[in-house]
Amino acid sequence: MDFKLKIWRQKNTTAKGRFETYNISGISPDASFLEMLDILNDQLIEEGGDPVAFDSDCREGICGMCSLYINGRPHGPDHGITVCQMHMRNFKDGEMITIEPWRAKPFPIIKDLMVDRGAFDKIIQAGGYISVNTGGVPDANAIPIRKENADLAMDAAACIGCGACVAACKNASAMLFVSASVSHFTLLPQGRVEAKERVKAMVAKMDELGFGNCSNTGACEAECPKEIKLTNIARLNREFYKAHVS
Amino acid sequence: MVTLNSKVPEGPIAEKWTNYKAHQKLVSPNNKRKLDIIVVGTGLAGASAAASLGELGFNVKIFCYQDSPRRAHSIAAQGGINAAKNYQNDGDSIYRLFYDTVKGGDYRSREANVYRLAEVSNNIIDQCVAQGVPFAREYGGLLTNRSFGGALVSRTFYARGQTGQQLLLGAYGALERQIAKGTVTLYNRREMEDLVVVDGKARGIIVRNLITGKLERHFGHAVVLATGGYGNVYFLSTNAMGSNVSAAWQAYKKGAYFANPAYVQIHPTCIPVHGDYQSKLTLMSESLRNDGRIWVPRKKEDAEKIRKGELKANDIPDEDRDYYLERRYPAFGNLVPRDVASRAAKERCDAGYGVGPTGLAVFLDFKDAIERLGKDVIEARYGNLFQMYEKIVDDNPYETPMMIYPAIHYTMGGLWVDYELMTSIPGLYAIGEVNFSDHGANRLGASALMQGLADGYFVLPYTIQNYLADEIGTPRMSTDLPEFREAEENVQERLSKLMGIKGQHAIDKYYKELGHIMWDHVGMSRNEQGLKEGIEMIRRIRDEFWHKIRIPLTLNELNTELEKADRVADFLELAELMALDALNRKESAGGHYREEYQTEEGEALRNDDEYMYVAAWEYKGPDKPPELHKEPLKFEYIKVQTRSYK
Repeated sequence: MDFKLKIWRQKNTTAKGRFETYNISGISPDASFLEMLDILNDQLIEEGGDPVAFDSDCREGICGMCSLYINGRPHGPDHGITVCQMHMRNFKDGEMITIEPWRAKPFPIIKDLMVDRGAFDKIIQAGGYISVNTGGVPDANAIPIRKENADLAMDAAACIGCGACVAACKNASAMLFVSASVSHFTLLPQGRVEAKERVKAMVAKMDELGFGNCSNTGACEAECPKEIKLTNIARLNREFYKAHVS
Repeated sequence: MVTLNSKVPEGPIAEKWTNYKAHQKLVSPNNKRKLDIIVVGTGLAGASAAASLGELGFNVKIFCYQDSPRRAHSIAAQGGINAAKNYQNDGDSIYRLFYDTVKGGDYRSREANVYRLAEVSNNIIDQCVAQGVPFAREYGGLLTNRSFGGALVSRTFYARGQTGQQLLLGAYGALERQIAKGTVTLYNRREMEDLVVVDGKARGIIVRNLITGKLERHFGHAVVLATGGYGNVYFLSTNAMGSNVSAAWQAYKKGAYFANPAYVQIHPTCIPVHGDYQSKLTLMSESLRNDGRIWVPRKKEDAEKIRKGELKANDIPDEDRDYYLERRYPAFGNLVPRDVASRAAKERCDAGYGVGPTGLAVFLDFKDAIERLGKDVIEARYGNLFQMYEKIVDDNPYETPMMIYPAIHYTMGGLWVDYELMTSIPGLYAIGEVNFSDHGANRLGASALMQGLADGYFVLPYTIQNYLADEIGTPRMSTDLPEFREAEENVQERLSKLMGIKGQHAIDKYYKELGHIMWDHVGMSRNEQGLKEGIEMIRRIRDEFWHKIRIPLTLNELNTELEKADRVADFLELAELMALDALNRKESAGGHYREEYQTEEGEALRNDDEYMYVAAWEYKGPDKPPELHKEPLKFEYIKVQTRSYK
């Protein structure tokens, strides 16, 4: 397969970026999108050029490192997967493909297609955990947990922290990310103990870091590679009000 | 020859760890603040160790090459984590988990370490549940389990097919909590470039800031490596793109012994290789073997027609299918350990029964399980794995059997450590996959997560104090000391040399070639001639690499090609040591299969009289062969037998 690639190139955080166009040919439909970019980079190096910088690590859709905005959609055209899991058979032969980094103010561009998502770690630092030290905990079966709740907690905990929700949102809101963490812990008896403090601290940190508010358009849910549901945002709102009124 | 002191405590095996803890030296709370500990790596071992040490009050610095500690490759572990809870009332115990692990490792691990691992396994599950890890549960609200290879009990705890992710997020949460409290400082997007040794003790590291390209010096009273395995020496593996051996390799060159580098785990159930553009291989969890049945056609002509696309798997009637694992190993069937299952797949494919376009694949079939349990149950158990398979292969595994083939997955070998997890350099520790200690020649499924968290939460935070108690009088050292300066200069020189090659080819060209050499000569089965040829080929490719690569840009900026070159340069050296170790070990054990040493039935043939030892290699300089030190293995609590799963 042949493609025309329009790729965002930017030397560093402060430099001005621009689109560059590259032609690539002879790509197998079974190659993954990132393998296609590997081939492009090797080609650029052999031709004496500079490779395109992009983040990727596990290449099996779980580490959350890859972060490409393809033809106007985070993680590209397919649903429920990260860009590393997408294969070129999802594109038409000869197609022009536009590749950009995540576009959101709280995620500054480091270089080309790489962004800094340190803000997500800061939100977790504010309370995305249960405050227990190592050792001195009860037996794992001491507290039975409704299977339904354990399953819902797992659904929420499946978030990989990639930031597609923020990139998809016109307000660059981190509500889906925060709600996944809050829901995960709130649904479990162990996490209820500090539920109020957690939700207050995480929402305050999210606001402080410049993420926008939620206007319920649902773009985050539509683009989430792990299909985290909007109902988590409803739960977050409920927990937030409860923490403030009681 | 140096005598390797494993420092295994005296006393009966079940009391060793308790006794150790009762008598070891501890550091008082006011002194803990004055001691700096460097932890490299933020996977299960690194994150859990850093969090636990921070909670205790030590001053911890943690490093990772990724943008966030949550992305370390432990996150990709799918199937589960073992523990001897015996919640299923099926006869499990600490002893049985210990026994299975030693036997699974083909009697090439250190007994006392494995016993301790089994002992603390139960604490791990308690800890994770307290952190909110959403393990699978029964309707009554209690935890459920499944089986993994090499065990006759159900002792594996799991969170769908994302157990590693959930355990890592637990440890990551604990780590972030300590970062917020200021006890741990995070340095992300940093690659460890060298270890700094002062007066014979590990005292710091040199790292490269991957964003700015600047080298940085960091001091620690002790250094802990939690940097994972070296499977990426094969280019194609289930490891992450950035997984590398460099930290361990620099430690080796500074005097830490490298143990059993030839012990590599080849995982039987991975999606087969399909093209030379491929960048990695994807694992399909071993848990699938609970319900999936592995087979190839019984008739060669059927296999050939399948390869040509003239027949489909579902066209083959049951009587013409060879469920070869069930046939060869009736007791364990599809749940034999990984090394056995991988070799059996290779044997069938080499004999001409393989399927898929390349003939290097076997079927993993869920037809019977779906008929027995219903599609819903299978979807609930493995839904995300089936989805992953379908996205990659473009085929629906609910309707046609999966095609799988073995791939490099894990490395049992690693830095030699004693009972305290200290390497042969005082003050340098190695935890998790980067050490060699617990899995012998083959690791059982769901035991990597167990070992990473055991080391990080429950072992190292104790044993490191036994060392640091004598360091309370050592003030923080200046990083202007000559040892730090020299180490940084050496790194600068090495990186400049790489930049200065100015050839014309991308690194992948040589890296892929190295991968082929390793897979063909130091892979699933090895022989003397092949290994000797392999060493020659590795040397040739190393030489070409150092003359022909081109790294664009400069040292002092983000340079992904330089990062890759830096890692591949180390793999090119490690590769030779692996081949050398494989050549030295004239027996078959676990993942190390020498064709010359097999039974009449083609099973691995150990040589306990001559090779019941840990091979610990000492670096002697760039142009000198490494020196072999042997740690004899003694089994006092397990009767050493021929490993049989029949």
